[in-house]
Amino acid sequence: MFVRFFNALGRPLIRFVQYLGEVVFLAADTFRSLFTHRLRWKLFLNQIVEIGLLSQLVVVITGGFTGAVFTAQTYFQFHKIGMGSAVGAVVSVAILRELGPVLTALMVTGRVGAAMSAEIGTMKVTEQIDALRALAVYPTDYLVVPRALAMMVSMPLLVAECIAVGIAVGYFVAIFLLEVNGTYYMANMVRWTRSRDIIMGLSKAFCFGILIVFISCHKGLTAREGAVGVGRATTEAVVNASLAVLISNFFLTMLLNIIYPAGYQ
Amino acid sequence: MNVPDRQNGSMIAVQGLVKTIGAQEILRGVDLDVARGETLAIIGRSGGGKSVLLKHLIGLMRPDAGEIWIEGQNIIDMSERNLSSIRQKVGILFQGSALFDSMTVAENIAFPLREAGERDPKVLRKRVSEMLEVMELQGQEEKMPVNLSGGMKKRVGLARSIIRQPSCILYDEPTSGLDPVVSDSINRLIRRLQQRLGVTSIVVTHDMKNAFHVADRIAYLHEGKIYFQGAPEELRQSPNQILQDFLLGRSDEQLTPKAFGVES
Repeated sequence: MFVRFFNALGRPLIRFVQYLGEVVFLAADTFRSLFTHRLRWKLFLNQIVEIGLLSQLVVVITGGFTGAVFTAQTYFQFHKIGMGSAVGAVVSVAILRELGPVLTALMVTGRVGAAMSAEIGTMKVTEQIDALRALAVYPTDYLVVPRALAMMVSMPLLVAECIAVGIAVGYFVAIFLLEVNGTYYMANMVRWTRSRDIIMGLSKAFCFGILIVFISCHKGLTAREGAVGVGRATTEAVVNASLAVLISNFFLTMLLNIIYPAGYQ
Repeated sequence: MNVPDRQNGSMIAVQGLVKTIGAQEILRGVDLDVARGETLAIIGRSGGGKSVLLKHLIGLMRPDAGEIWIEGQNIIDMSERNLSSIRQKVGILFQGSALFDSMTVAENIAFPLREAGERDPKVLRKRVSEMLEVMELQGQEEKMPVNLSGGMKKRVGLARSIIRQPSCILYDEPTSGLDPVVSDSINRLIRRLQQRLGVTSIVVTHDMKNAFHVADRIAYLHEGKIYFQGAPEELRQSPNQILQDFLLGRSDEQLTPKAFGVES
């Protein structure tokens, strides 16, 4: 009975470890290529447009409405105990440290991660990746390196944008809709927000970008035959990347909090 | 081992190649020699491992056992990056053409040159239009692959694989899915390339007309092994039952009325 139990447990476990290994190897291969082989600038700039430029609308809307609703909810609670003007500080720190990076990462996963795994997956099943290899082009150099680099550049900027819009919209909601005193709101926000909160948010953004790009590219590169295979690869890429973002967020928070402790000290 | 004579004689040598995919043993010890400048057709039933064998020859697939020598170099232990030197010598035409669908015809054909470092747009344009002329596709530069017919795709794919002038070309089912007229034009094209460039060619096919038209020598892959190899005439005149069944397209299943669910 025990043997059966461990067998049943072991197979998915081994598969999971193997999967993690494959993603890490892809990442290692990409970083090696990044430093040892020439960069294809045109592909890199294309990806900057695809990932960075074209994701902005989604990110701005996400940041704006999150900032608005978070400000309102916080205000409803704080107002009762007469702390309406402290809302700015809570909103800014929360968006900087958690909401901005995580929500942006989830939106980018849905928009960019899905597209990456679908595109690379389609190339895989139509033999285009074999064609690259046959034409003496190493697929990691051609497909993964430009995407990874573009993601590492774009994610911190997108998160910064999301945070800025979120805080700004929160300010307008507080001042014009909820009639909080603007001067106290700003003063509290500036007083309780530290530059280490910004560093923490942007560090998370960078890490999430890396997770999303390698999980998505890996799923594309290992897609199985046919339209079903590409569909499954895309779904799994989005699900896995989203989960990876949420899970790693907790550990990143604990780790980064040692380096950049929260609160006013 | 016998490396020196391989270096002199054969372009490609395969020894004891074994490949299992999933639970299925696809190749069970393939031995094959291809001389420089000759055209070898590999024929066999669909799903018999012909394409798998072809993909091994440029390292797109790795065997479970056996050795492959290309111009005297053993490619089995080469890393993916080191294989690129082999892949510059050996071009392949994929069954589905495998054109890059985000690029135009001209960009597809110029791709290998661009990757090799050629940046001058004038040179690229000239080489591409030369290739299109060889393929009888003048004026199609700006089309996207989705807007091409099957035969045109094959020709663009072929142009892309020969633009760097490889010394060997592998064709994976070059005429499958094409009408007889287009098939014939592809056959002529393969013939012309041999004569003009003097390349070694391996044509994987189950189209017998295609095989007889282009091949100097034919190898029959049967149950994961090379069952027969020889000149096309030898194959035609062979009394062997298995070969004759394949040539005449006879199925070995007996279609009794029972097979249709009718009691005899």
